[in-house]
Amino acid sequence: MDRFVFLTLDGLSRGAVYAAFALALVLIWRAARVVNFAQGAMAVAAAYVAYSVATATGSYWLGFVVALVGGLLLGALVDRAVMRHVDHTSPLNPVIVALGLVLLIQAVLGMVYGSEFRPAEAPFSRGAFTVGGLAVLSPYDLFVFGAVTVVVCALAWIFARTAVGLRMRAAAFAPEVSRLLGVNVGGMLTLGWALASGVGALAAMLVIPTELGLHPHAMDLVFVSSFTAAVVGGLDSPPGAVVGGLIVGLLLSYVSGYAGSDLTPLAVLVLLLAVLLVRPGGLFAPVAARRV
Amino acid sequence: MSEGDDLLVVREVVAGYGAAPVLHAVDLTVPAGTIAAVVGANGAGKTTLLRTISGVLRPQAGRIELAGEDLRGVPVERLVHRGMAHVPEGRGVIGELTVDENLRLGGLWRRDRSDAARALDEVYQLFEPLARRRRHLGHQLSGGERQMLALGRALVGRPRLLLLDEPSLGLAPRVVARIMALLRQLRDSTGLTVLLVEQNVRSALSVADQGVVMSLGRVVTTAPAADLRDDVDLRHAYLGF
Repeated sequence: MDRFVFLTLDGLSRGAVYAAFALALVLIWRAARVVNFAQGAMAVAAAYVAYSVATATGSYWLGFVVALVGGLLLGALVDRAVMRHVDHTSPLNPVIVALGLVLLIQAVLGMVYGSEFRPAEAPFSRGAFTVGGLAVLSPYDLFVFGAVTVVVCALAWIFARTAVGLRMRAAAFAPEVSRLLGVNVGGMLTLGWALASGVGALAAMLVIPTELGLHPHAMDLVFVSSFTAAVVGGLDSPPGAVVGGLIVGLLLSYVSGYAGSDLTPLAVLVLLLAVLLVRPGGLFAPVAARRV
Repeated sequence: MSEGDDLLVVREVVAGYGAAPVLHAVDLTVPAGTIAAVVGANGAGKTTLLRTISGVLRPQAGRIELAGEDLRGVPVERLVHRGMAHVPEGRGVIGELTVDENLRLGGLWRRDRSDAARALDEVYQLFEPLARRRRHLGHQLSGGERQMLALGRALVGRPRLLLLDEPSLGLAPRVVARIMALLRQLRDSTGLTVLLVEQNVRSALSVADQGVVMSLGRVVTTAPAADLRDDVDLRHAYLGF
């Protein structure tokens, strides 16, 4: 029972990160109908920038802020410099370009920083509190929950309550009508990429200290898990991405705890396959899908 | 009427979707504070004309002026700032957004926030059914409600020129009559200028001041709407009744 509680809490903590990263994928999917396969590499790039800033200044938090800002800017840049110019008539085109971007970013990171693992420090202790002899969450886990909750609530508020959120939703649902109503659709698309990439950078900053460290490929497995989370949630639904992320986090935690950690990548793929076979629209699929 | 009173001037406009243009040198003027109805058979280029005026489609040649200003190079999303509103065919209600969000979207570009809020209230007063369905999603509305919503959303921007594409499409005659009467009322009370494209020739000509008959991408006749209604030969030749 102790073990189950520990695995559950640990799974939720990991799941929070997957949720944030899945949310970033969903944001871009909703805005541009592109699955951004480059998101992991983009987030790692932002994390490397944070690493450079943190080692140069000695301040983790300065690096943290720079990573988020860098993520926002990188997202805007990727949209303006690359994705804007891709022919979207076939859905395969942006996917291939995104995969090319992965190779490019990882190669550049390898050239600049080398491809060894660099230690990534956590801003809070990762040692778990014990309650009645039971190991529960660590301060760092609480930080992860807090950060993800803030971001999810902030995004929900932006999209549901603000004028720019209304513009972004309108631009995504009906670009031509939105332009006729004075919405700068291209600008909203860039903003969507920037927001998504910023959230992705946050997820990378949160997850990398819990793994082996900073490496050009550090987010590859996280990307697979988060992509699965987004698919579980339906790819079109932000609440679905959050729930999907928590589900995937729990599943991976149970699998690694009870069956062995070698099996976790396999478990993710099995879940992805199962969802795509049984319920391809995801758990949160709307009744009538919009044709695009 | 002098040239200065024309709100919209279209000169020798050529436009289309590929090598072969749909519009061949179209000329059109709409005086301020009047309603012009563009009528004609399917494929005459009526919708293409509206899309070209609002900039969704770029003309290959010719000139389009709004209140004497050339619209060439003005991005579509800036045209609302110049006082042009385009209600597209199929009405363009965003089904995923609520009635209230759709309407607010029509006024988001405005700097004068208090007047935008006032315009929103006016639209709710004008279209009573919309006020009752504020929180409903666009796709839950009936056809008539959607038309009201699309029209109301354009009016929130307080346009000088309203481009309306097939407002009667799929609506019951009574609803159509109400919408046409409303256009007339807006013209009289606020000086709104309307360019209306219609298949429903009878109701369009009944409300319009000026009738424009299009056929195969050309303007065949421009005349006072009353004269067109009475011109039997023209009706037989181009309008099919």
